[in-house]
Amino acid sequence: MKPAAFRYERPESVEEAVATLAEHGDEARVLAGGQSLVPMLNMRLARPSVVVDVNRLPLGDVTRENGSWRVGATVLQADPRLAEIPLLAECIPYVGHFVTRNRGTVGGSIAHADAAAELPLVLAALRGSVVTSTGRTIPAAEFFVTHFTTALEPGELLVETVWPAAEAGLRYAFEEFALRRGDFALCAAAAVAGPNELRVVVGSVADRPTPIDVDPARPGASAAEQVEPWGTLHASPGYLRQLVRVLVDRVVERVA
Amino acid sequence: MIEVTVNGRRYREQVEPRLLLSDFLRHTLGLTGTHVGCEHGVCGACTVRLDGVAVRSCLVLAVQADGAEIQTVEGLVWGPLQEAFRANHALQCGFCTPGILLAASDLLDRGGPPTREEIVDLLSGHLCRCTGYEPIVRAIAQAAEAR
Repeated sequence: MKPAAFRYERPESVEEAVATLAEHGDEARVLAGGQSLVPMLNMRLARPSVVVDVNRLPLGDVTRENGSWRVGATVLQADPRLAEIPLLAECIPYVGHFVTRNRGTVGGSIAHADAAAELPLVLAALRGSVVTSTGRTIPAAEFFVTHFTTALEPGELLVETVWPAAEAGLRYAFEEFALRRGDFALCAAAAVAGPNELRVVVGSVADRPTPIDVDPARPGASAAEQVEPWGTLHASPGYLRQLVRVLVDRVVERVA
Repeated sequence: MIEVTVNGRRYREQVEPRLLLSDFLRHTLGLTGTHVGCEHGVCGACTVRLDGVAVRSCLVLAVQADGAEIQTVEGLVWGPLQEAFRANHALQCGFCTPGILLAASDLLDRGGPPTREEIVDLLSGHLCRCTGYEPIVRAIAQAAEAR
């Protein structure tokens, strides 16, 4: 199918982009890599009257600062500079396909907030954050509200995501199960472990990345007890709970 | 009005914002070698190279290609990759072939020969209903060796 008609804006600065978004409110959608938005436009699941293309904004930097990596909103998922960021680098091969990663952006995936997406899960597991055009820094735990819904206010643009760098003494693991390579995850899990902590977050089985209070004696089983998957055409709630059990056991074993 | 270079030739065209790059190539320019399957980024048939990088042309607006250089299957010089496809029977109906050739040419241009895992990963983004994929895996590996 083809998109419904819309007006196309291509601002050159963040200020200009924010002004355009503020002017059009709910009628405007931000276009980054377009790997999620353009399918929605094509299927007319989204019918914005204005599309604001942020690809020419100067948001392509990756810098390291105070123990974190700051990744500009339009940095591509295929960008080799992401290779040093723990968990993020590990999950990238699961994000779509070679060709979609060439165009899809890190910021776009975070702002899209698909419950099955890898990048929101990993940002939550690392306890990273999102920096917006108003200067707000929003922790991942507060940023993802529910399906396709974030803490961004109308007219507010995601400009940067912040990913804690690898720390000596911490171990990281990511695991995912999907029906086909590159397809949406049925379930994904990430773990970060240090001498005195074990953080586990699961994805795709709730409306946003879900932190798990893991019992180290029975990690997978304790995780499965804490989720209420809704089930889909492809996987029953019981099967999804079993996937949580298996994937959490795997990530916890890997970081042990 | 956008200005693009497609397969070395420059075009200036008036486009509606909602026109997909895939439809711009096929309908506006008449370059029908770029195929359209699913129009939501799953099948890979519409893959072209945009400033050297393989992308889904159904997920790029034509206006976004303003100033860009595009390569489609019509602009792909006959060489070891196509020879390897022929030698390995890596195509039958040919619907998926242009997209796979463009994606594979990007992968091969990135340096050393890809591993089997990298080739299989690449092909996960392309639907082929004729070959069962193995001949395509062999063809891309053979083309990489021939370089």
